[in-house]
Amino acid sequence: MAGHESTIVAMVRDRPGVLNRISSMFRRRNFNIVSLAVGQSEQPGMSRMAFVVNGDDATVDQVIKQLRKLIDVATVSPISEETMISRELALIRVNANASNRAEITQIVEIYRAHIVDVAPDSLIVEVTGDEDKVQSLKNLLSTFGITEMIRTGRVAMVRGMAQVASQNGRTDIT
Amino acid sequence: MMLTGGQIVCESLIKEGVDVIFGIPGGAILPLYQDLPDYPQLHHILMRHEQGAAHAADGYARATGKVGVAFATSGPGATNLITGIATAHMDSVPTVFITGQVARAAIGKDAFQETDVTGITLPITKHNYLVMNASEIAETIKEAFYLASTGRPGPVLVDIPKDVFVEKAEFEYPETVNLPNYDMPQEADPEQVQEAVQLIKEAQKPLILAGHGVIISRAYDELMELAEKAQIPVITTLLGISSFPETHPLSVGMPGMHGMAYASLAINEADLLLGLGMRFDDRITGKLSAFAPNAKVIHVEVDPSEVHKNVRATVPLIGDLKKVLQQLVPAVEPKSHEEWVQRIEELRVEHPPMRPKVTGELRPQYVIQALSQATNGNAVIVTGVGQHQMWAAQHYTFTKQNSWITSGGLGAMGFEVPAALGAQVGRPDAVVWSVAGDGGFQMTMSELATMVENNIPVKFAIFNNRYLGMVRQWQDIFYEKSYVATHYTGNPDFVKLADAFGIFGTRVTKEEEALPAIKAAMEYPGPALIDFVVAQEENVYPMIPAGGTIDQLMEEPIEGHA
Ligand SMILES: Cc1ncc(C[n+]2csc(CCOP(=O)(O)OP(=O)(O)O)c2C)c(N)n1
Ligand SMILES: [Mg+2]
Repeated sequence: MAGHESTIVAMVRDRPGVLNRISSMFRRRNFNIVSLAVGQSEQPGMSRMAFVVNGDDATVDQVIKQLRKLIDVATVSPISEETMISRELALIRVNANASNRAEITQIVEIYRAHIVDVAPDSLIVEVTGDEDKVQSLKNLLSTFGITEMIRTGRVAMVRGMAQVASQNGRTDIT
Repeated sequence: MMLTGGQIVCESLIKEGVDVIFGIPGGAILPLYQDLPDYPQLHHILMRHEQGAAHAADGYARATGKVGVAFATSGPGATNLITGIATAHMDSVPTVFITGQVARAAIGKDAFQETDVTGITLPITKHNYLVMNASEIAETIKEAFYLASTGRPGPVLVDIPKDVFVEKAEFEYPETVNLPNYDMPQEADPEQVQEAVQLIKEAQKPLILAGHGVIISRAYDELMELAEKAQIPVITTLLGISSFPETHPLSVGMPGMHGMAYASLAINEADLLLGLGMRFDDRITGKLSAFAPNAKVIHVEVDPSEVHKNVRATVPLIGDLKKVLQQLVPAVEPKSHEEWVQRIEELRVEHPPMRPKVTGELRPQYVIQALSQATNGNAVIVTGVGQHQMWAAQHYTFTKQNSWITSGGLGAMGFEVPAALGAQVGRPDAVVWSVAGDGGFQMTMSELATMVENNIPVKFAIFNNRYLGMVRQWQDIFYEKSYVATHYTGNPDFVKLADAFGIFGTRVTKEEEALPAIKAAMEYPGPALIDFVVAQEENVYPMIPAGGTIDQLMEEPIEGHA
């Protein structure tokens, strides 16, 4: 019954209330969403959503099937760790002053992150990467004092060669 | 052709073959109502409560297999539908609900009688719509009926703002729906069918669990062929009752909490379960880890999300039940399971169906048996929820296809009156008996007026035990007979009530009066009611407690029984 995080990507019709339908289903079935990201897809009228859900295999199987039942949901594809490219973006406002700004800048560079705003007593850092990278930068910056943070949640795609197999995602219906 | 939104609704309903609508008007839906006289094909039945409208549409749909339709106005009209929508959702009943909404400009402003009906019904509909333009009504209604009636059926709600009913748009009814990713159930995967065939071949103690899906997909003949060809005994779930004739030698009856003990015991011994269009509800399985410990499972289901949800399937067969059985039956080898059938017979002898004690009181089980006898098993039985429902399931001998209508998943008291009304409207030539609890009946009895108004000749058998009987039974067994808030001390005189509504009414207090009263009610050419003043504190047995195992089976002691 061990819970673990799984990534699921869904194509959904871009209609009013569709997000509500999906979040309502998660709530009603007591599924645990770790993160959810949504935005336009390459197809007009369709959005692509990425979910990270926490649960055992049976729960994830149910999440996928319950998502597929929603009329506005077109396709649902679980993405395995091995085939996944995943990214998250975070904006982090960190305390900074003349004495430590250089140190922060150095850390930001090591992480290939960016400083996107500078104020006398703070900086805004933009970082993109997988969650581990975002998390570890966040940990380092927290020693300076993080006053605000926003993360997009995971977006994910299947690597080129693995794409075909998981795209329509029907294979696991047993 | 330019039509108003209201006219488009009517035209679309006619295109969908709708002939009857159950509803109640109100401000927001009034423009639609005012268009109705121009469409005499659409017969509107004015209900007394929107819950009644919803259950009536449900009863109509279950009785006919067609989509049931109900109208309600915004706000309280729509919220009154909720119990009925949830009932249809839990039991997969094809229904379309059309609700009026406040005018577009008022949406979100907490306008008079505004409620977020699409929000409220999101988790209890298969899908729902808020239609913001008259030009979208036709395609929405097309989709609504398509979704309601295909795949795993269910309720679809269409919410239409008042000013959309009067807006004009070009009417053209679409031929097809644009639902590119909605899967229509197909045949099952042929390899998995082969695996199922192999499991059936190997099984020594197979059992079929026939559910509502058999009735929904009208797979009666296929079920019969499978059972007879491979000689597999057939258990029917609560909603699967009347999918297989109970007079058939392979019929084992209902399992589970109040099922036949031998059916539950047979499941416990079985080495293969074939779940056909059913969902392993907790009322059947009890404690999941102890359910059917020796059995492999073939699960035939139209809804993939039901597979592995409660019980892990050894071989899942996803598809339309009728089509899947048509694949399976020719591939299955003829077999006999004499020993197994014999073993179930032994169980039946050891654990006979309830033989109620003769106490001089009117036994509710006897009333059901009398009803079964008087109707020759030919009636459509519609029930409420509680003890009377279980006794009807246990003691009526169902031989006719689709002759049992009950609120299974939701267990909604009050279903018995309006659902029977809807069933009778859908099957005007059938004898429809509402097996009613005195509690449930009082929740929706105002619909008697609707029956009188429309001459809908439902016959009522009220099981008047002056109790919320099933709850009292739980208090008896699990709460040391502490009968909190279950005793009715001021029930109305149901015979006088019948008189007030202008229908036939009579009271039965002795068993010898039962048959003549039932016959008199059936001879009466209109709605009729019998007040069966039954034994007050009779319990339903057998019983397996909620979440329990077969070891906790409680049976009525046989000593002292007739
Ligand atoms: C609307 C609703 N409210 C409450 C319940 C809980 N409940 C289940 S059975 C029951 C008793 C039903 O009483 P009655 O209709 O008289 O039937 P009986 O059990 O006495 O045959 C109750 C209150 C329910 N199922 N539905
Ligand atoms: Mg009662």
